[in-house]
Amino acid sequence: MKANLVFFASIREQLGCDGLVVELPETCKVSDLVLQLSEEHGDLWRVTLTAENLKIAVNQELVSGDPLLAADDEIAFFPPVTGG
Amino acid sequence: MKKKVLICEAPFDLQLEHNELRTAALNVGAITTFVGTVRDINQDDKVRGLHLEHYPGMTEKELDKILSEAESRWRLIAATVIHRVGDLSPGEEIVFVGIASEHRGDAFKGCEFVMDYLKTRATFWKKETTIDGERWLETRDSDVEAAKSWEDTSGNLTKG
Repeated sequence: MKANLVFFASIREQLGCDGLVVELPETCKVSDLVLQLSEEHGDLWRVTLTAENLKIAVNQELVSGDPLLAADDEIAFFPPVTGG
Repeated sequence: MKKKVLICEAPFDLQLEHNELRTAALNVGAITTFVGTVRDINQDDKVRGLHLEHYPGMTEKELDKILSEAESRWRLIAATVIHRVGDLSPGEEIVFVGIASEHRGDAFKGCEFVMDYLKTRATFWKKETTIDGERWLETRDSDVEAAKSWEDTSGNLTKG
């Protein structure tokens, strides 16, 4: 299945990438996705996407834990927010 | 409750936003507004400018949720949130929160609540330019504490 990834702010700059489409196995959790990205893109991605304060949203809802992904999900990675 | 959420690059018109809240209904008896602006000093460094980015789609949803949560807590008639994105200079306005209610208590509390939650939940990020270059801002502990103060230990909203 396919999923859309988007990266924001410092995460986007660290990875040098604002988003991409990935092909995932039918059963795939967020942690599996991060593992797959780390294997494909290397250490920089692994370190950035496993940072302690990293926030992850699936379909524009913040997630906690390690939910299962579905086809065409939009998965966003970003740092803690600083608006206002 | 009448809700308005707007994310834009252009400056907002305070008088226009105030009038919208004032004329939302004839039982409006109190309006509170908050405006956040760009400071020229942050962490002892001179700030030349600020760049604001956000997550289109998610930001609007989060702000709408925050307004709904405020509505469930207090008797509010209308609520407006406007947040600017893009490049801003010191002195410029960044954010507007306006609340209209029958009595002042609801308007004061609603306004503070919306700002506290916006600070920790709405998907905006600030990058500032100083003499030393650019840097992404980090969440302030005081903002996290302010948002937490509206919850009790079980995670339920209590303050107010």
